Amino acid sequence: MTFNEYLFLFGGMGLVTYLPRALPLLYLAHKKMPQWLIDWLSLIPVAILSALLAPSLFTDSATRSVDFGKPELLVAIPTLIFAVRTRSLGATVLVGMFFYWLAGIYF
Amino acid sequence: MNATKTKKQALREGAAAAWPICLGYFPIGLALGVLAQKAGLPWWAVLMMSIMVFAGSAQFICVAMLAAKASVPSIIMTTFMVNLRHVLMSSALAVYLSGVSRRFLVIFAYGITDESFAVNMTRFRETAWGRWRALITNHLANATWILATVTGSLVGQFVPQGAFGIDYALTGMFICLLVFQLQGRIYIITGLLAAVISVSWYLMIPGDSYIVGASMCAATIGYLLKLRYRRSK
Repeated sequence: MTFNEYLFLFGGMGLVTYLPRALPLLYLAHKKMPQWLIDWLSLIPVAILSALLAPSLFTDSATRSVDFGKPELLVAIPTLIFAVRTRSLGATVLVGMFFYWLAGIYF
Repeated sequence: MNATKTKKQALREGAAAAWPICLGYFPIGLALGVLAQKAGLPWWAVLMMSIMVFAGSAQFICVAMLAAKASVPSIIMTTFMVNLRHVLMSSALAVYLSGVSRRFLVIFAYGITDESFAVNMTRFRETAWGRWRALITNHLANATWILATVTGSLVGQFVPQGAFGIDYALTGMFICLLVFQLQGRIYIITGLLAAVISVSWYLMIPGDSYIVGASMCAATIGYLLKLRYRRSK
């Protein structure tokens, strides 16, 4: 592909990525939001994080089927406990990596 | 004197919030760079893509689709579908950025990713997090992403796969950010609902609609449960 073809492709991708990120913010930040919307939106972070995380822990992405035996899931247990106990983001990331590395050696 | 002090402090706090994201982005960015190089993209195209798009999953899909000789419109359409979830994040951030100038929001919106969203939302809720700290977090993550993807396309083939468990960095981060969000029974219920719905949706419906679909369903059910609980009291 030439420079101009890449420019067109990435320009298009950039536009359809940027607009969903910008328009709600630009619109809602200057409007009085109804209380029900604020309440609903307060549940969005936990819902999105859980929706992103759960399939990566409980399913096999190659076959798109349930898999309860993944090392990712096994490692998630001590990582979760550590996160609850310490409430430290950086340390949890490092502990998760350490257990995943251990799991890679033993499985 | 005081102004520079506050600026320095904002920079330090923004960096402290960003480093777990950067740690997670680096290996993924490297991997993307390697794949892009294998798919025939030159390093400057990887640089352009990371600056102009800045969306991890969409960039991976783009590289895979380019390798499969997909058409440009189909790649752009797929990118749009995959990144639609940011509508929800952008709306949720608006609660904390109410009344902020549009000039700031135009720049801030560029850096909204799954990771920066989750980190900033937690900070906004739990600390006196300012919009400048949030912006610094966004841009440090962005800079790391650009650096990592270009590095990957140049030298990535020499990096051993899966070194030091680094592939788990983002998963570990999401687990911890999820824990931060669980500040009451309704949040735990919503999280569990989202997990069950997203796994079922993921198994039954092809594509990536499970992220937006499951989070909207779970938040709506959670909200209705909260309303009923309030009324019954």
